[in-house]
Amino acid sequence: MFDKLKKAFGGSEEPKAPKVEEKVEAAPVETKAPAEEPKAASAKPRIGYIHLSGCTGDAMSLTENYDILSTVLTDMVDIVYGQTLVDLWEMPEMDLCLIEGSVCLQDEHSVHELLEAREKSGLIAAFGSCAITGCFTTFARGGQQAQPKHESFLPINALVKVDLALPGCPVAPEMIAKAVVALCEGDLDYLKPAMDWAACDKGCGCDVLTNIIRQGLCTGCGTCALACPTRAMGFSEGRPSCDRDRCIKCGSCYMMCPRSWLPESRIKKETGL
Amino acid sequence: MPLGTYKEALSARSTEKKILDVSQDGGIVSALLCYALDEGIIEGAVVAGTPDDDWRPVPTVVTSADEVIAAAGTKYSMSPTLSALKAATRQYGLEKVGVVATPCQTQGLRKAQAYPFARFVADKIKLIIGIYCMENFPMASLDTFATAKLGFDSLQDATKMDIGKGKFWLTKDGEDSGLAIKETHGYEQAGCNICQDYVCEWADVSTGSVGSPDGWSTVLTRTDDGDSIFKGAVAAGLIETKPMDDVKPGLPLLEKLAKGKKDKNTAERERRAKMGVKIPAIY
Repeated sequence: MFDKLKKAFGGSEEPKAPKVEEKVEAAPVETKAPAEEPKAASAKPRIGYIHLSGCTGDAMSLTENYDILSTVLTDMVDIVYGQTLVDLWEMPEMDLCLIEGSVCLQDEHSVHELLEAREKSGLIAAFGSCAITGCFTTFARGGQQAQPKHESFLPINALVKVDLALPGCPVAPEMIAKAVVALCEGDLDYLKPAMDWAACDKGCGCDVLTNIIRQGLCTGCGTCALACPTRAMGFSEGRPSCDRDRCIKCGSCYMMCPRSWLPESRIKKETGL
Repeated sequence: MPLGTYKEALSARSTEKKILDVSQDGGIVSALLCYALDEGIIEGAVVAGTPDDDWRPVPTVVTSADEVIAAAGTKYSMSPTLSALKAATRQYGLEKVGVVATPCQTQGLRKAQAYPFARFVADKIKLIIGIYCMENFPMASLDTFATAKLGFDSLQDATKMDIGKGKFWLTKDGEDSGLAIKETHGYEQAGCNICQDYVCEWADVSTGSVGSPDGWSTVLTRTDDGDSIFKGAVAAGLIETKPMDDVKPGLPLLEKLAKGKKDKNTAERERRAKMGVKIPAIY
């Protein structure tokens, strides 16, 4: 299944803007799985979890899935790498690596770990808005203890190619559960939007202004305000109005807007309508 | 199918005088909310109220029949109703919430259920009552209809607002003034022009006046939940029904309007796509 996913991801990986330097890419898929048949039945997907600059909220959200977590961890995946999760110094080969947090350019260890993860993991998932957009770490400016020099916190796709992205500050537990189930079942249709978000280019209330309101698409339904974790979205004359002092650039408002994209077939499947 | 998937189509009316006195048509939305509250199917609902009686919709959380009735009646301007879901689930701490939603709002709700980015909000939605919606007007458009087109001193003078029989109606001092629908064209919000849903196809149960006689509403039950809640309210004697075949103008008119909206706005989507401006991505 993971090989199928990798192939699917491989299809739309071309970045639109030319990059200054070639980004570190995953090892070619085919060399890892030469045969059509996946590995032995006992081989579960190997998952890593890397915590860069973030608040641990995404990891906490992950563990909030009490009802499915034990099944997922016992029967569906192997957690092979992760601070506090696995007693291991050397980063192993992984099928999927979840990365929480943005990457601090002045933190040599973070940069190294991210680049190494890209080399050792088939897929990289930007897990939570800090990894996708920088989210609230965008506002960092250095000068703090214990590392006054740590001031620039970038979305991880600034350094490596991202294969899928799950936004949220933090990612909602239910969203994680649905994504995990889709991943394990190979439900590419459900994950397709997450693959498209890997471009990591939508990240604040401004996107609602420029890509929805300014395009004549907004109907003032209020979904963006429902999604906003900081209540930055107010309304004026039936249109969302983002309070930029409150906006943490998580991108949830734009992602949730029914006029940015609409998962029609999924809705029909879930509701039977 | 211009009406989407539905189980049953009926003409219906609330049996409560208290509701019919204030409702837009058959009082179905209010009756269903009151029933669902009474039965504990929901603990509260988010609706569009007008607390200042100035026709400006304000998203409102209601938790009692009195509050439902105070918020009854259609508002023809935009209400970011879904923004109040946050208050309903957080401040009010409601675990089971109903929503009265237009088609675009229903799309937002269903998307939030399918891709629950907002933590523990979408899972609390237990009932979506959809209302038929052709288009929605900015407040300034409603002001224009009242003052420039119907000669009112102010929109505030209107005691009732309605769209029906090909006209936009305002009532003042018990007298109805009508404005041909054609006169309202070009005053609706632009976002409505790409909407292909008239009858709230993704709601649990949808309702609106079109198809039924004055004082009655046309109800389409869609999901199992919507169907059982509607049937429950009928069984409890809160709603009376008539078969659609027995009423005029009946389903053909509803189908005609639903198809008309689809055709017109599909063309607008194509026009915008051709120009190269953004339309929603469909997955």
